Amino acid sequence: MADKLISKIPDGPLAEKWTKRKSEIHLVSPNNKRKLEIIVVGTGLGGASAAASLGELGYNVKIFCISDSPRRAHSIAAQGGINAAKNYQNDNDSVYRLFYDTIKGGDYRAREANVYRLAEVSAAIIDQCVAQGIPFAREYGGYLANRSFGGVQVSRTFYARGQTGQQLLLGAYASLNKEIAAGTVTSYPRHEMLDLVIINGEAKGIIARNLVTGQLERFGAQAVVIATGGYGNTYFLSTNAMNSNGSAAMQCWRKGAYFANPCFAQIHPTCIPVHGDQQCKLTLMSESLRNDGRIWVPKKLEDVEKLRKHEIKASQIPEEDRDYYLERRYPAFGNLVPRDVASRAAKERCDAGFGVNETGKAVFLDFSDAIRRLGHQKVAERYGNLFEMYEKITASSPWEEPMMIYPAIHYTMGGVWVDYDLQTTIPGLYAIGEANFSDHGGNRLGASALMQGLADGYFVIPVTIGDYLSKKFAEPKTDINAPEFVVAEKAVQARIDKLFAINGTETVDSLHKELGHIMWEYVGMARDEEGLKTAITKIKELRERFYKDVKVPGNQFEFNQELEKALRLEDFFDIGELMAYDALNRKESCGGHFRVESQTEEGEAKRDDKNFMYVAAWEYKGEGVEPELHKEPLKYEFIEVKTRNYKD
Amino acid sequence: MNFNVKIWRQRNAKAKGHFETYHIEDIESDASFLEMLDILNEKLIREGIDPVSFDHDCREGICGACSLYIDGRAHGPDDHVTTCQLFMRHFKDGATITVEPWRSSAFPVIKDLVVDRRAYDKILQAGGFITVRTGSAQDANNILISHDVAEESMDAAACIGCGACVATCKNGSAMLFVAARVSSLALLPQGKVEAAKRARNMVKKMDELGFGNCTNTRACELECPKGISVSHIARLNREFLKAKFSE
Repeated sequence: MADKLISKIPDGPLAEKWTKRKSEIHLVSPNNKRKLEIIVVGTGLGGASAAASLGELGYNVKIFCISDSPRRAHSIAAQGGINAAKNYQNDNDSVYRLFYDTIKGGDYRAREANVYRLAEVSAAIIDQCVAQGIPFAREYGGYLANRSFGGVQVSRTFYARGQTGQQLLLGAYASLNKEIAAGTVTSYPRHEMLDLVIINGEAKGIIARNLVTGQLERFGAQAVVIATGGYGNTYFLSTNAMNSNGSAAMQCWRKGAYFANPCFAQIHPTCIPVHGDQQCKLTLMSESLRNDGRIWVPKKLEDVEKLRKHEIKASQIPEEDRDYYLERRYPAFGNLVPRDVASRAAKERCDAGFGVNETGKAVFLDFSDAIRRLGHQKVAERYGNLFEMYEKITASSPWEEPMMIYPAIHYTMGGVWVDYDLQTTIPGLYAIGEANFSDHGGNRLGASALMQGLADGYFVIPVTIGDYLSKKFAEPKTDINAPEFVVAEKAVQARIDKLFAINGTETVDSLHKELGHIMWEYVGMARDEEGLKTAITKIKELRERFYKDVKVPGNQFEFNQELEKALRLEDFFDIGELMAYDALNRKESCGGHFRVESQTEEGEAKRDDKNFMYVAAWEYKGEGVEPELHKEPLKYEFIEVKTRNYKD
Repeated sequence: MNFNVKIWRQRNAKAKGHFETYHIEDIESDASFLEMLDILNEKLIREGIDPVSFDHDCREGICGACSLYIDGRAHGPDDHVTTCQLFMRHFKDGATITVEPWRSSAFPVIKDLVVDRRAYDKILQAGGFITVRTGSAQDANNILISHDVAEESMDAAACIGCGACVATCKNGSAMLFVAARVSSLALLPQGKVEAAKRARNMVKKMDELGFGNCTNTRACELECPKGISVSHIARLNREFLKAKFSE
């Protein structure tokens, strides 16, 4: 069914595509909007901004989140900033350059038209956020301040200290609260989507579990928007929040939505290293630190030995004995190379024996030059809270000794396949933000996740969903007593009953940890054919063990966090497998996906445009059965496809 | 490190709660408080005991989900951190640690250490926003905001909505939470238009929801994980008075 992959990219010049699409889209009159219901799942930047904007338009919106409040969504933890093509710095930035940097940063695996639209609406996001009262950093003249991020040579990142995600989310959440107060949006906190309901081939609602009472509840609508983020927690240890999960996306996948480029997962270079085997969460240190911090390891192995034995401190190693390996290998971008490049370079040095802590898995991020150059106050203003956070966790002060960092799973570029309108292969089902695949290709640039979440939610989905709903307002309200709802609810109930019936001996977390080890070992920073095949076998075995021996304590009709985790782990098995299948198929190195078999003599990633310049969209074929691959070819009409080069 | 953890257990909102003490061994001093609870829960599940429910998510001190009252202090003995950023090195080896949920009539217990904080959402729905529609905004640099004002607004906007201020206040007042939002917006030109109305409506809602009055004990400021200053309460009071005079 390759014909399901119709991307609906408008014809014509790149810069006119979005304008053209908007002019074609059918409108829904205000009185008809009042008759229409939309379900939004997730309250991060994408979900909250979409629900608020759809509510303002007059639709009846129901919004769901698993936390006690929409404000807890993991967008809140984004630190560094949000990109926008404002050119406030007069450094020759433009919509085209933001578009170009994003396509190039994504290693030529994202759609031109989607990315251009993202860059095009980016400026309006900043306007909107400032109007909402978000206290972005300002210059002394009162104008907005900017900084640089990895993979670009201009300053286009807007920020609110190291808490940009928090401030943007509080802005979207405030708009959401405004609409909840106005009665256009109804909020369902502590509710978790457990299945998508399809009637006559169209998305018509969800089955959700009330996490307080444990009751299953049915919710109907004329369209469903998934804004549930990424699937980084498949790896158990990641920078994602503990409750972040890929379950909604997997439910949609199993109901027929194609899932695109699952193997593209981003490993962030600047995380606090793992401290022991009791750990369950990794902490990110913002990429913005690479603006002023310099990354290095010692040149001499004897210095490494002494560091590991705590015989010397990093600050005692003289300048000439330090290897600033990013500056050495990539002179043009230095410490500001994209994330995938920086992560692999750290792994390369650590694999060669230069890791600076006891585990051998850490490199230095050093601010001593910046403190000398800028002074204490300026550095404190830029990074003060990040320094504090680092010191709280590690009991070491970045003012005195360099930070220690190591790569960790952070973001997933892959996601539910969507067309230009952000509609999935199931009519009436949309996916926005990190949950979809569309804008970042093989690798996402820093400060672009916030941009995409808000672009989709504020400016894209409120327009594009109208095209579908303009054909729906005359239909009767979705009946939650329809047989499709009954069947879906029964299936969810059976799934829950099955979990309690196992009553085994292994905890959900211990099995999730094992899945994480398999993923990091075989589907991590360097992948090869044999390892990926091993991963598929091992995940199957682990899933079998889960169904034989997992222990889910308590009962269904109560607040039960172990049941929540068990249901999510079932979905992580599916995602892990899907990632491995996709990685196995993609026999090239590209963005965050590095195939050992495909590298240059210098160890740089080798892309294969001839054979792999396509979106891999996978169709579900049953549990444990190999999914079916569909290909959406990527056409680059407006830019020349090049080998990524951050050296000169 | 080894600990005795004395934890509040309560099956649901209606059930009567009680303390249970559990012994736990071999905890790394670098483990966070919540990692210690994770390890305890693994042990309890294996022993056939219902694990302890507690709210948590980002584990980076920013989402505001974690909410434990530890040894008589909101978020425990370390200053200006959330529970998830509290590390076991702050406790003495062999210590007995008492863990309770937030205690406030406005935050009823859902289970064990998990409380219902929807009252906070309701306060914000009463006015904690600027009324602007998506698409209405002018260019972001058209209204200048001085560096210092933006920074002060940001100080207040750093509130994570965890509820520590309420939990620690002997009156169960949400004044610091309300003040942080009111002040952050009132400082900015964009927020000034609705400032008085916002203050009036949010304070009214806070009173309706059963939060107590502020008697200026400043306990909230001491326990706020983000160090939000009570000076914002003074600004809230000014806005509130303006609203009274304009009535």
